[in-house]
Amino acid sequence: MTHTPPPTPDITTVATGDGAAIDSAGVPVLDIDCVTKSYPGEPPVQALREVNLTIGAGELVGIVGPSGSGKTTLLQLMGTLDRPTSGRVRITGLDVATMADEDVAYLRATRIGFIFQQFFLAEHATVLDNVADGLLYAGISLKYRRERALDALELVGLAERPHARPTQLSGGQRQRVAIARALVGEPAIVLADEPTGNLDQATGESILALIDRLHQAGSTIVLITHDHAIAERTPRRIEILDGHIVADSGPAVGTETRRRALAGQPIHKPQTASGAPVSEESS
Amino acid sequence: MTATDTLSRRRLQLPDLARLSTVGLRTRRLRAGLSALGIAIGVAAIVAVLGLSASSQAGLLAEINQLGTNLLTVSNGQSFTGGTAELPITATGMISRISGVQQAQSTGALSGANAFRTPYIPSVDTNGLTVQAVSLNLLPVVATTVAQGHYLNTATAQEPVAVLGAAAAQLLGIDHVYTGERIWVGGQWFYIAGVLKPAVLASVIDSTILIGYPAAEKYLGFDGHPSTIYLRAAQTDRVNAVDNLLAATANPENPSGVTVSQPSSALVAQADAKSALNGLFLGLGAVALLVGAVGVANIMIISVLERRSEIGLRRALGATKSHIRTQFLCEAILLGLLGGVVGVALGVTATAVYAHTKHWATVIPTEAWAGGIAASIIIGAVAGLIPALRAARLSPTQALWSV
Repeated sequence: MTHTPPPTPDITTVATGDGAAIDSAGVPVLDIDCVTKSYPGEPPVQALREVNLTIGAGELVGIVGPSGSGKTTLLQLMGTLDRPTSGRVRITGLDVATMADEDVAYLRATRIGFIFQQFFLAEHATVLDNVADGLLYAGISLKYRRERALDALELVGLAERPHARPTQLSGGQRQRVAIARALVGEPAIVLADEPTGNLDQATGESILALIDRLHQAGSTIVLITHDHAIAERTPRRIEILDGHIVADSGPAVGTETRRRALAGQPIHKPQTASGAPVSEESS
Repeated sequence: MTATDTLSRRRLQLPDLARLSTVGLRTRRLRAGLSALGIAIGVAAIVAVLGLSASSQAGLLAEINQLGTNLLTVSNGQSFTGGTAELPITATGMISRISGVQQAQSTGALSGANAFRTPYIPSVDTNGLTVQAVSLNLLPVVATTVAQGHYLNTATAQEPVAVLGAAAAQLLGIDHVYTGERIWVGGQWFYIAGVLKPAVLASVIDSTILIGYPAAEKYLGFDGHPSTIYLRAAQTDRVNAVDNLLAATANPENPSGVTVSQPSSALVAQADAKSALNGLFLGLGAVALLVGAVGVANIMIISVLERRSEIGLRRALGATKSHIRTQFLCEAILLGLLGGVVGVALGVTATAVYAHTKHWATVIPTEAWAGGIAASIIIGAVAGLIPALRAARLSPTQALWSV
């Protein structure tokens, strides 16, 4: 256990690095430019074909498509877990293609949060440490990571059980832990891959409600699903089929992003004063 | 300049690395214990062999020290012409007057005399026993005592009375001294006064029939020339000074015909000599270590396969390939170290128990335990290298989406 004092700049700066620069320059959180991804084989599999997509700060985007449509590949590219065959992926303005693997990893550590269908929680560790591991590779001391983790747990309504093991929790609670882990570093973008896929209807509803609440509080979230009913609920829907984007409803009507997009202004990420996406939610 | 510059690469802090590298050990304890066992057995064997050998050596040296390292022997060597260079009859007296000599006692070999249990035994069956005339204070000088009966005294030294060395008594078949018991020495009966305990520093005494100088001269025609003189230097640090004077003092006319030796030094050399079995056991220990290394490598490879999703998740959370590599390499090293520590503990315990039963001091050479620990760390690192590289090479997308 280290006793390194918490870094003096507030977590927003630490987690999103040049957050201020995004705002002033109007750089979108995610910019995918003419991206193609093919997998080797006979013949090569074209998973994505010349996809263009821009997501601004504060958006909640549902990407929907049947299995095999390329939506998982798109998520992998958006999450910098894989590199495109051609085209550019920019996260908060940083071109992933020009960056070394180590720098891309640090980009993931600080600016991208992942939520998976299978939760991927460490069963031997407490809920608090599972969440704190979201900041493990960001170069922050354990003490400070745990403080942040407690805040994130409060955000998803699990602050009462920080020392429980994931095995003692229900599926919905486990997914809440995973969501807290994705949020703990206050990433510029959260990528959720079928977050309700392993949950029953009612629990899935509560997770979707939580995601919606996080979006209301300012988080940028991309929700990938095969379920049109779920995608219907997101302010912006993108349909993907055979590696193409076949429909994009565009930035949601009435949102700041939409207003700015129409006015030709930079897309702006709304922020609370403290930098935290939300603070009043506790259940 | 570009925003990339603001991204600095982060190394894991030591407590985090410690926590990460014990994940596998903490979550699968039995498996970790079993895979460390091979290394533990190997290290234990090596530590125990080296420890036992060092402890037995220490025990022998302690015994030698107790017997005294200040004993010197002067014996007749060969003359220039190849015959025996007799020590002068006065040699014992001369030596005892050297400053620094505490006590000098002599034995004189009777080359013509042999000893038998009875006159009916064929004269060729000598058992290799020698008959020697001895001076009366020999026993304390050669650090032995009487096991049964009595040693010679001024009276019995004049008479046909013999004392038997430990091996001589055994070879003649005498295990108990009773009044009137006698043996056939040089063509006449000698009565047995006693039997000696083994003389470690002067083992030649063990296979000797000891009789008094006057009796040897009177009954066996002994010429009175001593053949070996045993002496004790007053202090251990004066042994060399005395040693230098002995040859010239013992035989001033022919110093080169005198052999001077220090029996304890031969025993020390013997104690230093490594047992041939040590090599065998060390080899077995090395084989166990090798098998242990294979076990650790095997377990680590399985562990990497099983923990694909953990690896993928860590990559998604921002771990670099090097973070993953370090984590698994450290885990393998910890496994090896665990085996090494347990092995050293086992080896030390085995050595201590055995040394205790033998009344030796427990000596564990530094190179044994330090080497054991170091070897186990190196083995862990080597065994963990390939699994760690495989873990780091795993693509995060495959690790996360092909579960």
